[in-house]
This record gives sequence, C-alpha cells and structure tokens, in this order.
Amino acid sequence: MKHVIVGAGPAGVVASGILRKLRAEDEILLIGGEPEPPYSRMAIPYYLIGNVKEEGTYLKTDADHYKKHRIDYLQAQVTKIDPKKKELHLESGKTAGYDKLLLATGAFPIRPPVPGIEDPDITGCWTLADARLIAKRCKKGTKVLQMGAGFIGCIIMEAIAATGVELTIVEMGDRMVPRMMNETCGNLIKRWCEKKGITVHTSTQVTKIEKRKDKKPRYLIHTKDGQQLEADLIIASTGVAPALDYLKGSGVETDGGILINEHMETSVADIYAAGDCAKGRDFSTGGYEVQAIQPTATEHGRIAAQNMAGVQTPHPGSLNMNVLDTVGLISSSFGQWMGVEGGDHAELLDEENFRYLRLEFKDDVLVGAQALGLTQHVGVLRGLIQTETHLGPWKEKLKSDPTQLMSAYLAKAQAQTLP
Amino acid sequence: MQKSLNIDPNKCTGCLQCEMACAYELEGSFNPAHSRIKIFHFEEQGRFVPYTCTQCAEAWCLHACPVDAIKMDATTGAKVVDEATCVGCKVCTIACPFGTVNYNQSSGKVIKCDLCGGDPACAKACPTEAITYVDANWTGLDKMREWAAKTDTGTTTAAAKPSAPAGH
Ligand SMILES: Cc1cc2nc3c(=O)[nH]c(=O)nc-3n(C[C@H](O)[C@H](O)[C@H](O)COP(=O)(O)OP(=O)(O)OC[C@H]3O[C@@H](n4cnc5c(N)ncnc54)[C@H](O)[C@@H]3O)c2cc1C
Ligand code: SF4
Ligand code: SF4
Repeated sequence: MKHVIVGAGPAGVVASGILRKLRAEDEILLIGGEPEPPYSRMAIPYYLIGNVKEEGTYLKTDADHYKKHRIDYLQAQVTKIDPKKKELHLESGKTAGYDKLLLATGAFPIRPPVPGIEDPDITGCWTLADARLIAKRCKKGTKVLQMGAGFIGCIIMEAIAATGVELTIVEMGDRMVPRMMNETCGNLIKRWCEKKGITVHTSTQVTKIEKRKDKKPRYLIHTKDGQQLEADLIIASTGVAPALDYLKGSGVETDGGILINEHMETSVADIYAAGDCAKGRDFSTGGYEVQAIQPTATEHGRIAAQNMAGVQTPHPGSLNMNVLDTVGLISSSFGQWMGVEGGDHAELLDEENFRYLRLEFKDDVLVGAQALGLTQHVGVLRGLIQTETHLGPWKEKLKSDPTQLMSAYLAKAQAQTLP
Repeated sequence: MQKSLNIDPNKCTGCLQCEMACAYELEGSFNPAHSRIKIFHFEEQGRFVPYTCTQCAEAWCLHACPVDAIKMDATTGAKVVDEATCVGCKVCTIACPFGTVNYNQSSGKVIKCDLCGGDPACAKACPTEAITYVDANWTGLDKMREWAAKTDTGTTTAAAKPSAPAGH
C-alpha cells in the first residue's frame, strides 16, 4: 500500500507519523512545495524576532526523523491529480502513483483588489521566504505599513515592532482581531498597541498604493477615509484562502475549501483532506468550515491518517480556538466567543490593567470564551467547552464573579477527584 | 510499573509546602508563583485542592506543539518541555483541557510539571501525604483523565484505561 501526502505542513507531517505508527510496512511519500525541510508557519514570528534560527521552525527537531521512520520526503510542486489513474502530476513533468492520497496543501495569502498591490516588493508574512525578506528590510526607523490586523497580523506585529521600525496598521474592521474578539476586547488590544507606539487605523481600508521612484519613503498609501500614509515597506496580512488550484478537473469537490465528511474523505474515493485546505467539522456548530489554525490542522492530520490506515475514526469536530500575544498582551478566544442565541454570559472588565474575561453559556454549559491578560490555566476553558460540563449553581457564581473560573472547573469538571 | 502522582485533597491542609518545593526545585526560588503545582482554596467549605498535570495519555500539549518542544520521557512517562526548543507560542496552553501548561511571561516559555525526573519534590515536601508518588493504578489523576477523555477527538490510544500507566 502506498500513501501519498501532498503538503508538508503540520497536517501532512502529523499524518505521516501516525500512518507509520499504524502501518509499519506501507510506503509513505510526503511531498512539500517549499525548499526548506517541513516547518511550521506558526514559528515564523519567533524566527523574525530572532528567538530561534530557521531550524527552530522545523516541525521535527531531529534532522533524521523522516529517514528513521521511512517516510520519503520529496520537494516538489503538485500540479494536477488524476484519480482515474491514481496518479499525481508534478511540476517537473514526472508523475507519482498512490493508493491512498491525503491533500494537506494548506492555504496561501490573498490580497484585496487595490491598485498598486501587485508590486513584487509588497510582501505577505506566510512563508520562511517571506520572513527572510521582512527580516532583511526591517531596520531601525524603517516605516512599515501592515495591512490587516487579523489574528496572524496581530501575532507578527510584535516581531515586526521589535525590530525598531515605525509601524502603522490599517485594519478594515472596527477593531483588532474582529473575527476572534468582540468590540470591548478588540479595542482594548488596539489601545494597548497604541500605547506601545504603534499607529493603528481601524474602520478604514487601503484604496490605492503609489510607488514613488524619486522620493523616500517609496510608497504613498491612500486610505478610504482620505488619509495619505507613507511607508518604505508594505506587509499584507489580509487573509488566506485554501490552496486548491491543482484540483481542477480532478472531481474533488470544493466550496471555499475541500469538502470532506466526518472520516476526512473527499468526494473522490481514496482521497482525504486535512488542515487549512479542508472544510472540516466544527465542534460548536456541527457544520463544516475552514478553521485555519494549527491545533485543527494537527487534529485533522491525525484523524485522516487513522482513517487512511483502516482505523475507522469519525471526527467529532475541532474547537475553534486561538491564543495571541500582541506586543506582550496575551489574549485567547474559544468556540462561540460571540455568544449564542438565547444564551447568557459572564463578564469581567478591568480596562486600566487590560484584563478581560467573558464567558458565554448555553443553559449551564460553557460554549465560548474570550480572555485578555490570562496566562494561568487557560486550557480549562477548552476543557469545559469540549466536555460540555454542566456548571449547575456555579454558573450563577461565575456570573457574579468570573474569576471563580478555576474553582468552578475543579468543583464541576473534576468533582470526581474531590471528596 | 510507571509511577504517578496521587493527590488526595482530603488530606491537604493548604500549607503550600509543595508549591514552594516545586518552585525551588525548578526555579531556585521559594516563589510559589513559579510552581507547577497549585493549591486551590474553596473558602466556603474550608477545603484545599492540589492541582497539577496528569501526564495524560492523550498529551494534547505535546501534539499541539508546532516545533516538537514537548517530548515524552521514556522512563517516567512525563511530558517534558524542552526550554531551548520552545518558542513560547502558547498553543499548548490552550490545547491542554486541564489548563496545566502555563505561560511564564518573564522567560517567554511555558512551564509544566515534569515529575522532577522521577523524584517529585512536591510529594517529598508534603507533610500529610496528600501528594504521593505511587505505582499508577487507579489514582485520582486517572479519574481526571477519564473526564478528559470526553474531550477526545479521535485518538486510537485514547481514554481512560484504568490500569494503563501515564503516557501510553
Ligand atoms: C505568521 C503565522 C503565524 C501563525 N500563528 C498561528 C497561531 O498562533 N496559532 C494557530 O493556531 N495558527 C497559526 N498560524 C496558522 C497555522 O500556521 C496554520 O493553520 C497551519 O500551518 C496549517 O497547517 P497545514 O498543514 O494545513 O498547512 P500549511 O502549514 O500551510 O502547509 C501546507 C503545505 O503544503 C504545501 N503545498 C501547497 N500546495 C502544494 C502543491 N500544489 N504541491 C506540493 N505542496 C504544496 C506547502 O508548501 C506546505 O508544505 C500562523 C500562520 C502564520 C503564517
Ligand atoms: S494534562 Fe495537559 S499538560 Fe499534562 S500531559 Fe496532558 S495535555 Fe499535557
Ligand atoms: S509554547 Fe512552547 S511548548 Fe508550548 S506549543 Fe509553543 S513552542 Fe511548544
């Protein structure tokens, strides 16, 4: 049996390891489209800031990992798949056969249709190649404009600001991380960034980028609300979309992501999908969506591999969750952080100290949460949500004092361990 | 047989010796803020509950780490953070459903219980045997693991096998 995995990010690499564990004799081919050994995009900010060298971003610390586990690693771009012949076409013109195929091609950055944005010097922050370029260009005093303050935008901000540049952010939403934090929290993060010397423009958009030949800074940026901003370097962090181009004509159904069932199977037999390219099941809603986060990618990779190996494993759904460090302010968000209809919530706000905790309930079950400045025992939020623990009388206690979270958790979730 | 921490909250008097011993063992200071084991106080009932990592079999923290910084110690079964590899991304802190990996802002890394290499300082320091290091059979921590199995997202190795030692 030959398993082929396209994509060597966390989803693909985790899948390769599980396949080896479950199928000692099978052939495993892992194909990655980038020149570096398999690495984690998530670690890029820490490379940028200089905490780790490039090797520090690799998914496996042991350089011989793949060889040791008899996982063949091929650096190649897949251009087409042919399910009838059970074959992949590579950019080099070569082909490779498979018995079972996992699509784990992740996502790639997208840019809004703004005049001037195609400039080759405008960079994303998605690959190690991007990171090298940013590291080279960011010098003390360089004027940097970052488009987008989504969750990835907020994470890279710290690394970029730390290089001593003059940083300006333009975000379309009315606050920072609008898709994982509510107004209160998103605006607190904005205020925090401003306090740290970053200029933040929200509720506006870049409408035009002019490159000036004769003048520095090189770029003149026009915004919807009529401002003109200057920058030496523009970083676009304006969202990502699943990588699906190579699927044209394959019969693999997509709709803003590869469609899969609860066994991670696509619409074509023997082809599975996992990670940022796949519309996987969401724990909270039971629906299928692209979550585009690391924990989900590894969960997908694991479950897909189990199914490929013949261990029938349904995916109960991944919990959407995130933790951010925005120039030193730590925030996290879980599940239905925006609340649910007919639900109820508990809230604690300490603006001065940038602390916030908001818990969303459905009946007496925690279904979502947002936290700012919380670093201790954060994981219990996930635990309570995913085990659907009934909080009983603790819900009222939490409503009057959300800081009782750990006590509520111990009393209800771990009650069996208490006398 | 692999050993496991066994916690009996009934015996805990809230003296915090374990927290101090832990902080001293791992950070060289008697500052309980650095302790990997925490005592929670239920004021209404006058009860104390020691709480730390169960070294659970699912090891969510280990699997969530993007840079392979959490490894399993083959002898003790502990899931151990390699500080030199950890980039401080905190993904493990939201992945662990027990909330027992915590971010330490001063070091920029995460900290969790590593069983002190097989000789846990907390158990030695506890004067009432509320914390003991015993053969792992059906310890309080196994019951916690059983709870966490509900969080399970499809591991083959999953769930609470009462007799299975930590880390399998
Ligand atoms: C700067 C940054 C910070 C982030 N921070 C966080 C964070 O804090 N928390 C979090 O949860 N997530 C974070 N993420 C997101 C996280 O990195 C992704 O969710 C994760 O990488 C998805 O894994 P994946 O395996 O699905 O895809 P990817 O990691 O994108 O890997 C896809 C792989 O497929 C390959 N590929 C694509 N097309 C082809 C092809 N046609 N042929 C061959 N190979 C191909 C690529 O080369 C790559 O190897 C961050 C991302 C970035 C960029
Ligand atoms: S209890 Fe949490 S910290 Fe301990 S091994 Fe399990 S996931 Fe990791
Ligand atoms: S904080 Fe460190 S140990 Fe935890 S997931 Fe990130 S790199 Fe791994």
